Amino acid sequence: MAKDMREPIETGCPDGFQYMHPTMRKNFGLWDYHEHPRPGVLVHVAKNGDKVWTVKAGTQRILDVFTLRLLCDIADQYADGYVRFTIRSNIEYMITDEAKVQPLIDALEKAGFIVGGTANSVSMISHTQGWLHCDIPGTDASGVVKAMMDELIEEFKNCNMPNRVHITTSCCQINCGGQGDIAINVQHTKPPKIKHDLVANVCERPSVVARCPVAAIRPAMVNGKPSLEVDEKKCICCGACYPPCPPMQINDPEHTKLAIWVGGNHSNARSKPSFQKLVAAGIPNNPPRWPEATAIVKKILAVYKEDARDWERINDWIERIGWPRFFELTELPFTKYHIDNWTGSRKSLNASTYIRF
Amino acid sequence: MQKHNTPMLDELENGPWPSFISGFKRLRDQHPEQRINEVSNDLLGQLEHSYETRKGYWKGGTVSVYGYGGGIIPRFSEVGKAFPKSKEFHTLRVQPPAGNYYTSDILRQMADSWEKYGSGLVTFHGQTGNIMFIGANTENTQHFFDEINDYGFDLGGAGPCVRTAMSCVGAARCEQSCTNEHKIQRLLVNNFTDDVHRPALPYKFKFKVSGCPNDCMNAIERADFAVIGTWRDDMKVNQDEVKAFVSAKGRQYVVDNVITRCPTNALSLNDDDTLNVDNRNCVRCMHCLNVMTKALSPGDDKGISILIGGKRTLKIGDLMGTVVIPFMKLETEEDDDKLVELAEEVIDFFAENALEHERTGEMIERIGLVNFLEGIGVDVDPNMVGSPRQCSYVRMDGFEDAAKEWFDNQAEKAAG
Repeated sequence: MAKDMREPIETGCPDGFQYMHPTMRKNFGLWDYHEHPRPGVLVHVAKNGDKVWTVKAGTQRILDVFTLRLLCDIADQYADGYVRFTIRSNIEYMITDEAKVQPLIDALEKAGFIVGGTANSVSMISHTQGWLHCDIPGTDASGVVKAMMDELIEEFKNCNMPNRVHITTSCCQINCGGQGDIAINVQHTKPPKIKHDLVANVCERPSVVARCPVAAIRPAMVNGKPSLEVDEKKCICCGACYPPCPPMQINDPEHTKLAIWVGGNHSNARSKPSFQKLVAAGIPNNPPRWPEATAIVKKILAVYKEDARDWERINDWIERIGWPRFFELTELPFTKYHIDNWTGSRKSLNASTYIRF
Repeated sequence: MQKHNTPMLDELENGPWPSFISGFKRLRDQHPEQRINEVSNDLLGQLEHSYETRKGYWKGGTVSVYGYGGGIIPRFSEVGKAFPKSKEFHTLRVQPPAGNYYTSDILRQMADSWEKYGSGLVTFHGQTGNIMFIGANTENTQHFFDEINDYGFDLGGAGPCVRTAMSCVGAARCEQSCTNEHKIQRLLVNNFTDDVHRPALPYKFKFKVSGCPNDCMNAIERADFAVIGTWRDDMKVNQDEVKAFVSAKGRQYVVDNVITRCPTNALSLNDDDTLNVDNRNCVRCMHCLNVMTKALSPGDDKGISILIGGKRTLKIGDLMGTVVIPFMKLETEEDDDKLVELAEEVIDFFAENALEHERTGEMIERIGLVNFLEGIGVDVDPNMVGSPRQCSYVRMDGFEDAAKEWFDNQAEKAAG
């Protein structure tokens, strides 16, 4: 049969130039500065005076072909047929005629898309696949994000934050959603429940043993069959054993919770890139609208907006005011679980008399 | 077709943000093709079941296209009896054009192909950077791939392989860009198409390219091989624009938001409202350039820094990339070759020395940076460390030789 099959053409990553707006092609590497005339709009000015207005809009991220074609129609009508997508799945239209900016915004809003997400706004939440498509998710992704963006929409449409806020979600503790100023991530709280009958057939036991970060898994005979057992005192409930061995059931309707982390920042601006830190846990995984998680995110954002100075990202702000003040202002409990005990954790402790009163 | 009741998902049609559930329902109710109506209906049914029971019901498997070993995320439903039309629901990961530019024509062409063979659902883009065509059965993955491959699109990586790369908007629209991000992305990832399509590495390997240290691609935190544009001469200062900025915003704003925010105190505001920059101590953090976009720009002597070993949590915790090449020029073909050769060295060393399911950063953590550098043939440099060694418990009987090597290397560099 193989001779009937079509050989793949291994072209890899296509050249983006062929799909780029001609004014951007013409001024490639020749831009001078940019300005931010209003939320959702940037204007970039080239050294020769050419200008490109970019209008950014949030979408549902998982696009049906109807929505994709609608976005294309808007591109054809108002934006010379060129678009790009940002790392946070916002769509951007680039146009060279300032007079088309407002009609484009109007068309996007009329079609139900949300113009915004630039500069010091809360941008679109970057997220993963969740129950819709992942094989190991503790929660949904698109649903959490939809419910949360409904509540944060004014912060997307306006630029009222001290600096930009990137929010991420992850449906397991591998944390595919990545680092964010605020991250809402699954946190399992109980060891896996093992379906012993299935382990021998489904799992390569040595690689499951090797996958455990704390060496809590060992091979065992259970009911006369080769299986695995978990030292539940050592188990940190991370779920790392679950992807290579689905009978290690880590997901639980009640004990799979959400945790919130803050201060992840990819940029080198002002301070080196930083990882997010735990601030809240034990939050119920509560579909379809996850109100408890959203309430905490909104509280953190409200305090940040009120207390941070211009240009401070969340990590910069907390660095200035200190963690005790952060917990005081956000009214979140500080517990023994907030004190790190992972490799290298002593570096996270306060080895000074720097104490704010 | 008996429509599944979806009372919980229906809640996600409320509120002002665009609803993905409404999109699924459009495919179920309005699409002319019955196959898509039925697939969407059962997908909605299974998702509602997940919402009710708070559990996922997809399992993996092995699906690829002829000639490749990866690029597709196989999904078979564990509840396929109840939702048979979406019981095979694989995602094709397709590499986007570098920089994520599209014309409406190419997007429409993709939509036409996708509704022939798939569910009609697509995401621009997944977290690794792929176009995610979500939902095709096993047979149709091949047909869909054949069709889009004919007009220039190829699968990305899935599994233990070189993954699809990402680059920022870059020189196409950003004045901070210090390099040709899209060219670097394609140079690197397209040099490894075999390693993208046929997973044979210990674990995944990601390239990401950001044109400046703002690192909009999160490369340092997420890429095994992060390329960041930078410059090594003086930043450019347009003093007239500085004065105009001070005049518009006020001195206090400039002091509070520019001068005192510099992480190395390299800025001061002169009495005549011009800016003084201590370029030798500027670390190219980008903050002042971000605030004063008209007045300040990167210098002319541009190039890249390379950081190796960034990754997410599994298994030893999050790791940032580490500086391995503090600066290199990328102007000539020889420079490009040097970059690609370095990537080959890194991937070869990773392939030979990493344990199964170990990322590059974890391997470096286990063997130490020096062993890694010796393996890839890169000399040590003080830019690679936050600080030198703190603990005296180390055997140092080779120190004199190493010091001599350092001075020899310095002399060699000085001689050009």
